[in-house]
Amino acid sequence: MDTYSFLREMADSWFLLAMFCFFIGAILFLFRPGNRQMHKEASQIPLRDSQPFGAAYDTGNEPAPRGCAGDCPDCIKRTN
Amino acid sequence: MDYIKAFLLAGVALVAAMGANWALDPAYQLHAVLILIIALVMFVRVIRNAGEPRAVKPVPTGYDDGVIRAGVIATAFWGIIGFVVGTFIAFQLAFPELNFDWGQPFTNFGRLRPLHTSAVIFAFGGNGLIATSFYVVQRTGATRLWGGNLAWFVFWGYQLFIVLAATGYLLGSTQSKEYAEPEWYVDIWLTIVWLAYLAVFLGTIFKRRERHIYVANWFYLAFIITVAMLHVINNLSIPVSIWGSKSVQVFAGVQDAMTQWWYGHNAVGFFLTAGFLGMMYYFVPKQAERPVYSYKLSIIHFWALIFLYIWAGPHHLHYTALPDWASTLGMVFSIILWMPSWGGMINGLMTLQGAWDKLRTDPILRMFVLSLGFYGMSTFEGPMMSIRAVNSLSHYTDWTIGHVHSGALGWNGMITFACLYFLTPRLWGRDKMYSMSAINWHFWLATIGIVLYAASMWVTGIMEGLMWREVDDQGFLVNSFADTVAAKFPMYVVRGLGGVMFLAGAVIMVWNMWMTIRGPKAARAGATGTVPTVAAE
Repeated sequence: MDTYSFLREMADSWFLLAMFCFFIGAILFLFRPGNRQMHKEASQIPLRDSQPFGAAYDTGNEPAPRGCAGDCPDCIKRTN
Repeated sequence: MDYIKAFLLAGVALVAAMGANWALDPAYQLHAVLILIIALVMFVRVIRNAGEPRAVKPVPTGYDDGVIRAGVIATAFWGIIGFVVGTFIAFQLAFPELNFDWGQPFTNFGRLRPLHTSAVIFAFGGNGLIATSFYVVQRTGATRLWGGNLAWFVFWGYQLFIVLAATGYLLGSTQSKEYAEPEWYVDIWLTIVWLAYLAVFLGTIFKRRERHIYVANWFYLAFIITVAMLHVINNLSIPVSIWGSKSVQVFAGVQDAMTQWWYGHNAVGFFLTAGFLGMMYYFVPKQAERPVYSYKLSIIHFWALIFLYIWAGPHHLHYTALPDWASTLGMVFSIILWMPSWGGMINGLMTLQGAWDKLRTDPILRMFVLSLGFYGMSTFEGPMMSIRAVNSLSHYTDWTIGHVHSGALGWNGMITFACLYFLTPRLWGRDKMYSMSAINWHFWLATIGIVLYAASMWVTGIMEGLMWREVDDQGFLVNSFADTVAAKFPMYVVRGLGGVMFLAGAVIMVWNMWMTIRGPKAARAGATGTVPTVAAE
């Protein structure tokens, strides 16, 4: 069998099935009950950017610490 | 290190000088001279500083915004150039005398048209995408851009690509593939720059400090990777000589056509859609100060979009030598694509739930909403036009041009303008844009301009399609091609006026950006407190 026919047969059968299963799997995985909290947190990411307006231009522009232990005395830990 | 750099630059300059001497065509010669000058200037700078003690710079912290500021300016600059050329060629179609005799062959429609498309898509849109992706990936990863000066290489390398491509078109260097016109050495250069871009983006994602990769970054990453793949495969060509710009495609005939439209349609799908959806998923929630309506829907949107879009290309080749099954496949996937597109539009619009009142006072948010409206409109029109029966009327007419522009001006243009208005005050440390009423003017000028454009192209496109197929009772065609050209004149003038309005709005934006950047800095009492704006639920 020449390369074209082989590739063509693969594409029409197993590879098509694999892609279809991956797609359905990705969608099903999305609806796992445990994902709800994670999605809720993830959707807050853009809003959590704590830089004051335009601060990056002229101040110490340090990104706010994330994923810290949250045990500093003046902690402003946002994730719960 | 300096000596290696100097050696390499001298090598580049030498090869460029040889190229300038032995060039087989003017485009190659000009490009060789350009590269020679750039390499020599860099060489002299390296030599002058070689062996000098270096001031120990403090390790930079915080976000790397310098390259984004440059990107914002470049976006506005190339936008104006692209719009001016577009408006001019619109009037060239209405008034052929504008193909001035003294400017031939450099300023005829055939050479200016790729200059327009590349300037707006790759220079305006591309710079906007690079700048916003660098902004978003840092903010949503809470980390500095990876790679230090590599980001600057991406920026300047991309500008060089644009200059090489644009001057090449004017001098007649093209491989005649729509949206992929640049010749082989420009393609190779873009590949290098693009891989550096991928490295910066991925590097930043790897060192993020946020656990989850926010969905906007998924879209940006899909855009970067897919464009790399499309670009390399569609530009497989063998140069006739290394001292000339001409090259020969590896694919031939219908295979070449299929590869080209696989590329061409996915340039729309991944450059103009996935990349700009990355913008949408960050900046719309940011401007509305609401999280995205449904994060689940955004992920479904992502997977469905990237799984479906890649198959839609063959709908550009209905009624050609392409096998029927392939064009049917393209048509079916294009129609399925309607659903995730509208899912994404609804997701963006519903993000304003509970904040709709802001539309009354916030012209920037209004621009975002309008761009989503046009996204929805053109992603309905597109699948409809991909149906074979509709396509037999619409293909090769101005309806296609109208469709592309309602997407490009309405969706890509408006969302980029809104992002520029969002970014400019933030990046330069200003309270807000200099003039809010100027944003309003821009909004209405651009909106009316797009409506004039799209409406006139619908009318002229459908008229033209119907005139082409009209036969008399003997079965002879009624109209000659020139008849349709004559009939289209009024619509061409209206289209040109729409372009003038769109351009006028963009000029107002540039003035507004200029005044904002030149204006006084925001007073920031207690700004260092970094109080988080969003409380935990």
